[in-house]
Amino acid sequence: MTVSSSSAKSSSSANGFSGQIAIAGIHEYESRWAPDKTSFQIMGECAREALADAGLALTDVDGLFCASMTMGPMGPVQMAEYLNLKPRYLDGSNIGGSSFVSHVAHAAAAIHSGLCEVALILYGSTAASQAMAIGTGGTSMRDASAAFVEPYGMPLVSNYAMVAQRHMHEYGTTSAQLADIAVSTRHHASLNPHAKMQRPITREDVLESRMIADPLHLLDCCIISDGGGAVIVTSLERARDLRQPPVVVRGTGEAVCHREIGTPDLLTIAARQSGEHAFRMAGLEPSDIDVCSIYDSFTITVLLTLECLGFCKPGEGGGFVEKGGIGLGGHLPVNPDGGGLSSNHPGMRGIYLVIEATRQLRGGLGERQVEGAEIALAHGTGGYLGLMHSGATLILSKD
Amino acid sequence: MASRSEASEKNASAETTIQYAAPAIDWETRGYWEGAGRGELVLQRCGDCGVVQHRPRGVCATCLSNSIEHFVASGLGHVHTFSIVRQNQMPGFREAVPYVIAYIELDEGPQILSNVVGCDPESVEIGMRVKADFVRTGDELGVPRFVPA
Repeated sequence: MTVSSSSAKSSSSANGFSGQIAIAGIHEYESRWAPDKTSFQIMGECAREALADAGLALTDVDGLFCASMTMGPMGPVQMAEYLNLKPRYLDGSNIGGSSFVSHVAHAAAAIHSGLCEVALILYGSTAASQAMAIGTGGTSMRDASAAFVEPYGMPLVSNYAMVAQRHMHEYGTTSAQLADIAVSTRHHASLNPHAKMQRPITREDVLESRMIADPLHLLDCCIISDGGGAVIVTSLERARDLRQPPVVVRGTGEAVCHREIGTPDLLTIAARQSGEHAFRMAGLEPSDIDVCSIYDSFTITVLLTLECLGFCKPGEGGGFVEKGGIGLGGHLPVNPDGGGLSSNHPGMRGIYLVIEATRQLRGGLGERQVEGAEIALAHGTGGYLGLMHSGATLILSKD
Repeated sequence: MASRSEASEKNASAETTIQYAAPAIDWETRGYWEGAGRGELVLQRCGDCGVVQHRPRGVCATCLSNSIEHFVASGLGHVHTFSIVRQNQMPGFREAVPYVIAYIELDEGPQILSNVVGCDPESVEIGMRVKADFVRTGDELGVPRFVPA
């Protein structure tokens, strides 16, 4: 039995591959500006570096996973051609920016059931050098519901803004509390030599930055960069013979939230369901987590994700994140790499959530290392909060 | 709350900013857009299980029945949440900022995404009562947006 679907109630069928699969190789593309590269070349270079990190060769890869905003609907087929690969397992599922977090789960299930042995997960994008207006351009929706959205002028940021407005109304959350998320994340970026934005900012800087869609200011929004990444997943048994200390997959979960039939709860996001599944599979609680990678498309995304994963109660996110609560040295360090708010965001940031969680568990990151980190959580949110979005949760530990 | 005459006056100026394009329709959704063309807000109710649903579909998303009935809703509701959009690169909206995008909770239950026009964007707040107002887009179709009730 592999991991069963969202209806799984029994823990016996929900922990199939927990503790048996590992992340064996990672690479984050270093440059944030690559006008001379295609997304395919970025993915090719990331594959090379992640394989070298693991101590594996391209010929070892028999499972290929990828998603991007620039590949066509046959993405993994195109990518296999580009790398001259003939994998026996392909997965190009694209559920937005969270895709790569879910790819780790899919790879784990495939490896656990013998469908492949070495999975290569790839992402690449030149969003910045192509001047893609990700947050303030048109939606890329192609589904039948688009006609109910497009007439009204709903840039991506306004989805998140309406959720933030509702959270403030129901719970009294303030712009200053949201700003503190951006401030902590920028501090982390100042410790990451590869981060795009390294100059520290204050709460006032965020509050005085121009309003993009009320109540979200410019500095509540993630940046746009170029970039890419690669992750190698294999069995824990095989990973133990490779170059790096294995980082073990303990729990995974996926979920989707949408408008339902017109009666959604905007403040319960996909993280609630995917997190519950991942924690149950891992046999862990939120209090066991030492460090988090959380998709920070906008500051509100982080706040709601923390609430829905159970790190604090609904409505208490504002108090949880303010004044360095999620900074290094706070009660739960979040995005020590500087996140999408300050380090890099080429459009679909999920792969970096997995990469930074893995780096933190390997250790040795200097000033931005969360001391003694044993268990990490990565959570990706993809799509449009409020309208329709996906969530994918991954819990990792040291071997 | 704005008086009716104020609302319609400012409404006229709002219509010159956001240019509503004719919606893309199919057999599942044409009843809704044709209703808007007549100045009616049309919702669906399942003839078998009785659940009201929006957006419109060819099947009931609760019991999968095909027995879908259309009915004219009151067009009244309140602002569930909103944002004032101040930056949008899309042609047609680039010139229209700042404008209000909102989820309107209709008195019949479902929430609907729309704009709130006919008032100062800064005056919009959660809970504000609004009513549907319709822009004809040609071809018998229309787009509903909301004004202060």
